[in-house]
Amino acid sequence: MYLTDEQQAMLNGEQGEVMAKVMETLVRYGELFGAERLVPVTGKHNHLVTSFGLKMMTPVFDLMQKILDAGVASGQTFSVDPRPVDKAVPANFLQNFIFNKIMYATQDFYEGQLEKLGLMGKDAFTCTCYMDEVGNKPEKGDILSWAESSAVVYANSVLGARCNRNSGIIDLMGSIAGYVPEFGLLTDEGRKATWVVEVRTSKKPEAQLLGSAIGMKVMEAVPYIKGMEPWLGTELNDAACTYLKDFGAATASNGAVGLYHIAGLTPEAKEQGEALIADNAQVYVIDDAELQRVYDSYPVIWKNKDAKPKLCFMGCPHMSLEQLKSWTDKVEAALKAAGNSKVVIPTVFTAAPAVLAKFEKTEYAPRLKATGVITSYICPLMYMNNPLCGSMPVITSSNKLRTYTTARYYTDDEILMQITKGGK
Amino acid sequence: MKTFKGRVVAPGTVTAEALVSHGGLNTLASFQKALQFGDKKATCGDQNNPDLYGRQMLGKALCLPMTIGSTTGGLVLYCARAMERTPACMLFSRPIDSLAAAGAILADVWLEGTPMPVVDSLGDEFLEYVKTGMTVTVKEDGVVEVG
Repeated sequence: MYLTDEQQAMLNGEQGEVMAKVMETLVRYGELFGAERLVPVTGKHNHLVTSFGLKMMTPVFDLMQKILDAGVASGQTFSVDPRPVDKAVPANFLQNFIFNKIMYATQDFYEGQLEKLGLMGKDAFTCTCYMDEVGNKPEKGDILSWAESSAVVYANSVLGARCNRNSGIIDLMGSIAGYVPEFGLLTDEGRKATWVVEVRTSKKPEAQLLGSAIGMKVMEAVPYIKGMEPWLGTELNDAACTYLKDFGAATASNGAVGLYHIAGLTPEAKEQGEALIADNAQVYVIDDAELQRVYDSYPVIWKNKDAKPKLCFMGCPHMSLEQLKSWTDKVEAALKAAGNSKVVIPTVFTAAPAVLAKFEKTEYAPRLKATGVITSYICPLMYMNNPLCGSMPVITSSNKLRTYTTARYYTDDEILMQITKGGK
Repeated sequence: MKTFKGRVVAPGTVTAEALVSHGGLNTLASFQKALQFGDKKATCGDQNNPDLYGRQMLGKALCLPMTIGSTTGGLVLYCARAMERTPACMLFSRPIDSLAAAGAILADVWLEGTPMPVVDSLGDEFLEYVKTGMTVTVKEDGVVEVG
């Protein structure tokens, strides 16, 4: 790999042993993927995937402490994934004890480290850092060193930034050095689509289901998706961005997609059109039957498949303000139709702290509260990732949560019916 | 005995019993029990991986196509190595994915102690030939002997 004099000096240890190791990590990482140089990180803020003070993370805390002690923190501020615990979310005595005293006993210590490293603010904990309310929204063409898969795919696809699907810790290394290796989704060639997806459904496809189907088919490849104009239009308005947030998270978790193009909508597809499609791209046609096949393929891994749901999580990734408002209307109307005044399954809507703060100032907030729905900034995935919660029958319309936990997936309409009317 | 040649991702030599996954290794799901709940044998906890679920990964020659799942994958491997709850080596049939690469390199650069050799690009034939229980030897130059 070609290194500038400055980069070579950093690798040689002129800024100390810790910075030399940071550079060695980035250079070796890049060389594995054919990177020929390191390019500057140009995004204003970084975003880290590691938000949880889990005991198992002790080696990471040690590594972060080495960075702090060496004084090589970059000065680039960052947001971080959602907090793993929130008292607002229903939990029994045993769960609370295990969360706070055992699993996340080091949460406060870790958040202290994050603040010293450059956390944007005490509430900068969300997977949707790119929301206007949060303030970590990259510009088109920005080079990033992020790792959170749902944020990476959104930044690449909807915002036109450039970021590889990095691992946790690599995100931090790139930010500290100020450079990332140039390969994959940082290059024009790596952003070309090797799959064409033709959507031919009779109605607007469920974002999380369509994303799942495409992710499982193309895995880590870049898809160019046609046929969405009737459903999403040609402008990236709030509704379209919210749809793409959920769609992208499903492509990234059910597969390993880091970038997609939507014909006539996403920035690079608008500019370059089908010139983005690589020669000999494969074709995947999605119709109603294909979506049903994908839906039917999801295993139900509850111990009792007929169990009554004990909890419903919405918001993985975190909900947008637009979603919180539209779901308030939907829940109210469905409750009225069912003759109920409150949701019949404990239900948690999750969103970024800054989005929740803005929502609280709207007339929707007291209306949603009246339905019994709880709002929280928690990471549903972290809440579920333990044996106690893993054995609970939890329902969700998040395909990411379904993939990584025992939560059972239902479409938005099915979720609405379940939480307002009941039924298996 | 059959010999395969791959690319060295993290150097080292080792001889160990093969443990083969024909599907991708979900790193977080597989190592969570080992790291979070004190399972020193690193028993694979991924219910979606029939080849590995319930099997000890500690000290084995883990043979696989790629890793999948959460982008915490690299740091999970890093933590597993720091806590000495990893396989003896990881042998990839395909070019390594970015998450596993991160874990292998982070561990090699930042941690002391017993190295975990990692070799990739061993080819589809490697994964077709090697079976769980076979003896596998990894040499410094990326040569892997099986059987």
